[in-house]
Amino acid sequence: MKFGVVVFPGTWSDCDFHYVIGEVLHQPVEYVWHRERDISKFDCLILPGGFSYGDYLRAGAIAGRSPLVEVLPDFIDKGGLVLGSCNGFQILCEAGLLPGALMRNECLQYRCQWTHVLVENVETPFTRACRPGQVLKMPISHGEGRYYADQATLAQLKAQNQIVFRYCTETGEIVREANPNGSIENIAGVCNTDGAVLGLMPHPERASESQVGGTDGLVLFYSVLGSLVQEGSFQASR
Amino acid sequence: MKARVFVRPKPSVLDPQGAQVRRALEGLGYREVTDLRVGKVLELTLEESDPARISTRLEEMCRKLLANPVIEEYSWEIEGLVSRGEWH
Repeated sequence: MKFGVVVFPGTWSDCDFHYVIGEVLHQPVEYVWHRERDISKFDCLILPGGFSYGDYLRAGAIAGRSPLVEVLPDFIDKGGLVLGSCNGFQILCEAGLLPGALMRNECLQYRCQWTHVLVENVETPFTRACRPGQVLKMPISHGEGRYYADQATLAQLKAQNQIVFRYCTETGEIVREANPNGSIENIAGVCNTDGAVLGLMPHPERASESQVGGTDGLVLFYSVLGSLVQEGSFQASR
Repeated sequence: MKARVFVRPKPSVLDPQGAQVRRALEGLGYREVTDLRVGKVLELTLEESDPARISTRLEEMCRKLLANPVIEEYSWEIEGLVSRGEWH
């Protein structure tokens, strides 16, 4: 499985994703500049966090119109997977590849902290290694992470099982106190209708080594690799 | 030709920034402000003089980039000529 980590001007989590995929998981990974239109060699593309284009106009607005993002629908049609974290999630929403939008945190503060999210959908390629109802501890770092969708869109998301993560307490309770940014119904991540595109505000790449405080983020990568972890070694199914 | 595009959050969308600015005004003694919402103005200088063409292309610019239709509505005016008036 070949991973591509997309880089826009102002992206900053590209290095962390590249490191986790390449050095922790030992998988083939390359940086891809946002102007690249030939992305056929990749199986999974990552849209990392950061401040692409300085969040000018709206976070992810300009990056969402990049040449590479323009060819993503075709990439997805051909079976490609796309994971967008933080600014990557914002970019996917701005590009219309995911429904809804991310807005300024309700508390108006930049929130840089650990959060817990409840896994609501274990059928996506990114969460199939999770147990239903599993709680993952991952950090967030954002000022504009409040997920918004109107009532009609929200109804569709529920009907089509597109809500993948919700902010919760350590024990999995979905309550207001566990919501760091005012996201509607504590939504922390959503997928498209067939699950091949996932956007989430938390940073799985910052929860992939015990030295940084947690490894819950790894399960998203394991899911993608379709792998089984056995006694410290694992085998990719591709 | 100059044009102005106005973008504001949809009425159904929460605007905590606006609420905070209103509170700040209240703190300065302007207690009569009951609601405040923050939008933005984009000023464009266009190398185009045909108002019909400007109108069409401004509409496209708004829909494709300048406003996010999920959370924002827009209106625009061409200086000295046409005002779009209503918000979309």
